[in-house]
Amino acid sequence: MKALILVGGYGTRLRPLTLSTPKPLVEFCNKPILLHQVEALVKAGVNHVILAVSYMSELLEKEMKEQEQRLGIHISLSHEKEPLGTAGPLALARELLVENSEPFFVLNSDVICDFPFTDMVHFHRHHGKEGTIVVTKVEEPSKYGVVVCDADTGLIHRFVEKPQVFVSNKINAGMYILNPSVLERIQLRPTSIEKEIFPVMAEQGQLYAMELQGFWMDIGQPKDFLTGMCMYLQSLRLKQPERLHSGQGFMGNVLVDPTAKIGSNCSIGPNVTIGAGVVVEDGVRIKRCTVLKGSRIRSHSWLESCIVGWSSCVGQWVRMENVTVLGEDVIVNDELYLNGANVLPHKSIAESVPEPRIIM
Amino acid sequence: MLKAVILIGGPQKGTRFRPLSFEVPKPLFPVAGVPMVQHHIEACTKVPNMKEILLIGFYQPNEALSRFLISAQQEFKIPIRYLQEYAALGTGGGIYHFRDQILSGNPEAFFVLNADVCSAFPLNEMLSFHRQRSDPDSFIMLGTTANRKQSLNYGCIVANSDTHEVLHYVEKPSTFVSELINCGIYLFTPAIFHHIGAVFQRNQQELLLGACIGEESTNGWQRAEAIRLEQDVFTSLAGQGRLFAYKTEGFWSQIKSAGSAIYANRLYLSCYSQCHPERLAQNRPGGPTIRGNVYIHPTASVDASAVLGPNVSIGKGVMIGAGVRVRESIILHGASLQDHTCVLNSIVGWESTIGRWARVEGTPSDPNPNDPYAKIDSETLFREGRLTPSITILGCNVTIPAEVVILNSIVLPHKELSRSFKNQIIL
Repeated sequence: MKALILVGGYGTRLRPLTLSTPKPLVEFCNKPILLHQVEALVKAGVNHVILAVSYMSELLEKEMKEQEQRLGIHISLSHEKEPLGTAGPLALARELLVENSEPFFVLNSDVICDFPFTDMVHFHRHHGKEGTIVVTKVEEPSKYGVVVCDADTGLIHRFVEKPQVFVSNKINAGMYILNPSVLERIQLRPTSIEKEIFPVMAEQGQLYAMELQGFWMDIGQPKDFLTGMCMYLQSLRLKQPERLHSGQGFMGNVLVDPTAKIGSNCSIGPNVTIGAGVVVEDGVRIKRCTVLKGSRIRSHSWLESCIVGWSSCVGQWVRMENVTVLGEDVIVNDELYLNGANVLPHKSIAESVPEPRIIM
Repeated sequence: MLKAVILIGGPQKGTRFRPLSFEVPKPLFPVAGVPMVQHHIEACTKVPNMKEILLIGFYQPNEALSRFLISAQQEFKIPIRYLQEYAALGTGGGIYHFRDQILSGNPEAFFVLNADVCSAFPLNEMLSFHRQRSDPDSFIMLGTTANRKQSLNYGCIVANSDTHEVLHYVEKPSTFVSELINCGIYLFTPAIFHHIGAVFQRNQQELLLGACIGEESTNGWQRAEAIRLEQDVFTSLAGQGRLFAYKTEGFWSQIKSAGSAIYANRLYLSCYSQCHPERLAQNRPGGPTIRGNVYIHPTASVDASAVLGPNVSIGKGVMIGAGVRVRESIILHGASLQDHTCVLNSIVGWESTIGRWARVEGTPSDPNPNDPYAKIDSETLFREGRLTPSITILGCNVTIPAEVVILNSIVLPHKELSRSFKNQIIL
């Protein structure tokens, strides 16, 4: 089977992290975002992954070559010269997708959940129509476009954008399985699959919704990245608790790379991810944070709801909170207070940031 | 023989020092480890032939003041008495009211010091300057240089550059007059009472006149005795060949707001390296890390992993836990700073508790370090309807929970906070 992942552009919503690393390679819970999806696809029998990208990155190509070998699959990059929306890239990759008559997966690259790819295949074969989309329940459907479908079969009746009165609490989760025949509906021009293709398929009774079990999050921006991390770690707690760190000084769900070093009298957690080679010195308090590879958190600092970029250094007695994001190789001097700071890579911070702002 | 008078004011004064002045009379607030006014007393005792120190103010007799007087007399081996005004009589009215007490024993001269200043107190220099004057009844006023803009907040002195005679004196002018400002520290001979007495007579006549034309005259005699040295006496003394300015290059600052207490703390600590090296904490094996000038009361318990300084005073019985950081702050007696807390530019009140990993931080209101004549701005609490960022002050017995941040805030006494606060006064 094949899968097409809509990687898209520069990942500006996840800046400053994506100024150093293409978004698919940013580690979410100590694994590049893309690999969460690719590994799950391989488990479901996918042997060819096509990445639809709108910009070329040597780093991404190199990493994908390595993953091809490691996973024993084929990974192609399909490069769009102009933005083609969410459907156009399928037309662009048509040659690759129609090599055989099997249905293929299409994924938004920002989605994190317990990927239900095997279930999707079964569901799709069972109803026998052209397309299946995964839907997830949300608390406030008025913020999204919702899917109205048959409660028993999942047959989609219609889509409603930002409904003002309740019609459904199910939204498109950004994961589809489509027959190659769907490609005949898509032309090589900027097209929205959600707004232009799916409504027509639904009208013709060709589209089914499969409801997702468990958590789901679009982690395309730092705030949601952290929320998604909390959900992912909780799911690890239920499924593979042995991967979580425990012991004195650790609270709740904490994921620590084996090469990281944690000092004494620290209090880590709940909901913390510590990357490879990270050094956390003595007396540090961290909760609800991701600390990326190679960073150092110096003693007596306090961090909540932050992402610490690669190879950064947070000084002693620093307080960082409120979705402070440090880019790569940022130095935060001792005793500073960062509240919602967004710090671009290779910066040295010598003054507190008491109110949220971007540090160029 | 010589005497000294220290004007300590009263509870209606020093409101800019709240909430700290709720607990202790402002003159007794500890700066660099000792009560503010003890720095004055110590300077007076270093003047040869100093026989008595009088504190004049309108505080009700209170235990804190009595205890301080007893211990100061024991320490400095000199009579120190408190004379209570029946009402706020002003900087001139108080000494005039108690002139008999001041003059008893026939002092040749006496110093008058305002309590709410911090200074190197060059009293001996003022005395020799006085003795160099040809007129034995000359009065000396200590002056220092301010910048043009800030001089408007002070009493401004125009002096003859050769004779140092004060030619003109004006309190807080609205336009620039002089960069030489009044430090609130004077050396008078008993003849000063003729001049204050003349003001008293004039006030009384005016009041009588006012009573004739039907103005309110209740407590008229009280009001006649309310006399301000600056506006009522110096202004008319200027240019009469009696008042002289001695200009000091030593440190000097007002202590009006609580923020200026942090600055005064730093100034006094820095002169300890000369005059009281024994009061400055040293880096010792097994002790905390000390950076710059730090005072630690001997009864305080400080964990070896704490890092203190520069410019920190730690009071009696204070508990400082592991991995605590304190910089540019005063920690008052009985306070407890739990592990990993960070306290910057703040005053932590008596018996207050700060939980683990909490951060208590203020914004320093230091004078411009690039202007040698800059003074601390006596900021108003609010500017354009918003609280001016200033040092953080925790009143007495305040509890700060673990892991929160208290930024640029004032917390009134006996408050138990449950979350973070920024730029607020917490009642």
